[in-house]
Amino acid sequence: MTCSRRDFLKDTVGGSLVSALPLSAFTLISQAEAAAALSESKTRWAFLVDTTKCVGCGLCVKACKNENEIPYDAAVTRTWVERYVVTKGGSTHIDSPMGGRDGFIDDKIRDEEIDPEDIAKAFFVPKLCNQCDNPACVQVCPVGATYQTHDGIVLIDREWCIGCGYCIMACPYGVRFFHPEEKVADKCNFCYHRISNGMDPACVENCSFGARRIANLKDPDDPVANIIRTERVSVLKDEYGTKPHVFYIGLDAEVR
Amino acid sequence: MLDEPVVHGIEWTIKELFVYPNEFIYWSIQIVMYPYMTGLVAGAFVLSSLYHVFGQKDLKEIAQFSLVFSLALLPVAALPLLLHLQQPTRAMEPLLTPHFTSAIAAFGIVFTTYALIVLSEIWFVYRKYFVEQVYALKQKAGLSNLMKRTVYRVLTIGAYDISEGALKIDKKAATVLAAIGIPVACFLHGYAGFIFGSVKANALWMSPLMPVIFIMSAVVSGIALCMFTYIVIMEWKAFLRRRGGGALEAGQIKGAEEEVINKAARYLLGFLVAAISLEMLDLIFRGYTAMKSWDILRSVMYGKDFMNIFVLQYTLGNLVPFVLLVLPRRTLLRTVIALILVLFGVFMMRWNVVIGGQAFSLSFSGYMHYEIPVIPHSLETFKEGVFGALTVIATPFFLFWIINKFVPSLRRDTEGS
Repeated sequence: MTCSRRDFLKDTVGGSLVSALPLSAFTLISQAEAAAALSESKTRWAFLVDTTKCVGCGLCVKACKNENEIPYDAAVTRTWVERYVVTKGGSTHIDSPMGGRDGFIDDKIRDEEIDPEDIAKAFFVPKLCNQCDNPACVQVCPVGATYQTHDGIVLIDREWCIGCGYCIMACPYGVRFFHPEEKVADKCNFCYHRISNGMDPACVENCSFGARRIANLKDPDDPVANIIRTERVSVLKDEYGTKPHVFYIGLDAEVR
Repeated sequence: MLDEPVVHGIEWTIKELFVYPNEFIYWSIQIVMYPYMTGLVAGAFVLSSLYHVFGQKDLKEIAQFSLVFSLALLPVAALPLLLHLQQPTRAMEPLLTPHFTSAIAAFGIVFTTYALIVLSEIWFVYRKYFVEQVYALKQKAGLSNLMKRTVYRVLTIGAYDISEGALKIDKKAATVLAAIGIPVACFLHGYAGFIFGSVKANALWMSPLMPVIFIMSAVVSGIALCMFTYIVIMEWKAFLRRRGGGALEAGQIKGAEEEVINKAARYLLGFLVAAISLEMLDLIFRGYTAMKSWDILRSVMYGKDFMNIFVLQYTLGNLVPFVLLVLPRRTLLRTVIALILVLFGVFMMRWNVVIGGQAFSLSFSGYMHYEIPVIPHSLETFKEGVFGALTVIATPFFLFWIINKFVPSLRRDTEGS
């Protein structure tokens, strides 16, 4: 009696284990696909921001919101522009109203008037996702919904993101947010749908001053990649070890 | 603006000075509740193991109670996470496609392991009782008794052997499970600390001490809650007896209760000292090394959150109950007050970690203030507001009430009646 029950349990457990292993877990891929996935990519996307050229018009933010369908009047944005005003006394004033979407038409910073005579230096700094080589956001995603492509871009699977917000917490640059409509994590991806098809990102295309440019670091003939290679550029918050891939020209010590 | 979709976090975040546009208090009250509730689970289990593993006989009474109570708390550890997810229907994904570089991915595995240990330990401890009930209820007629008997029959899982030898094995199994359970309970909670401690982007959270601090304060809060609930229940029973004319029985209950509480209070004090020492070490170390983030951390700790950290958490939640418990001639009332303060103190510690960690901008140039939604006007402001938190707090007591109907955790009493 006891023995037959044991056998019964054994078979039940074994049987359910086998049937629980769905065949759909295995996908057949062609040899060409496998080779492509394993071989090293010929592309490593990077971005070059020349802060000395940025005038803070906000056209990049407008273009990005429209291109990537981020609700236009929502406070969140995939890219934004910061204004820095450093006074002769050494105090720094920073703002980015609506992410700089409508430009910086008000001289005041958070209702504070700054005497133009007192300004030591002032400049704009565009920000966007750094497409890190060692992305903290990808590391912490509990379900693998955010991942790095072979050409260096970090993407988000909207069908698989559970909306826990861990990636938002893990990003030192604050580029991630919850999409107000999709209710999943969202961020800049250098307009992956455009760059993969030979076009420029929306912000790059709409920057009239050449402050934003996209580069393929693995292309020896890429002019923008050559600037990154040959000129003095810097990155944001490199102390976090994320290896960011948005390079800046003219970055000030005050930039956060 | 009404038709505009609401940005998550915008309804309870007040920004000050320069904060990046996408920064909000994304982790709100439910993420405060999560480590608080897992802490209570872990602490309750550790308390019960003190008896089962280390043979602290004077803890027997409260050990059984806290074991059952930790089962009631268990589902509630996962509830805040579910309430906080933006996509709650995808809550099972961390189990289906775990991405193991993430600390959260382990949650399902650790949680399930722990749940199995608690369940099976309770089963071994109560198996004899289940079998006895099946036989006892056989004599009684009536539909409710039949249903009750069916439940107990299911609970026995067909193991009706209550010979001395079998019971000996049961006891051994329970001890082994309790022993395995301690590291697993610590892991369950320590890893909640790891979730925060490993976020390198957050200057306040990032610390290797975080998991240890979390475990210590977990045990503190778990013991405190078990003691508190135990006192309330025993007082209620004594009160009922006294009203029923059984002054002698009431006196017996009170006597046993005092003994248990005295012993448990000593463990509570020990863990409390350990928790405070670690937190102080963390604080002093941050001030002494004064890294880049220290300026903004200092302005938050000693300025904006001074009340929350130094007055409510350290003074009211740690120092005052410590003095109340240590001073001689401790009365039951004083113990109860101290326990409530300890529970409050640990809650404030979770609050100060989770909300405090988001009180400053990643730019180190601005602040964010959390205004907890009180009157909800949407599902989100309910879930991540006062009522959502109250729901989470109330659930374990409700569950305990149900579980206790079948698994009486205060057996001295049931055997008497």
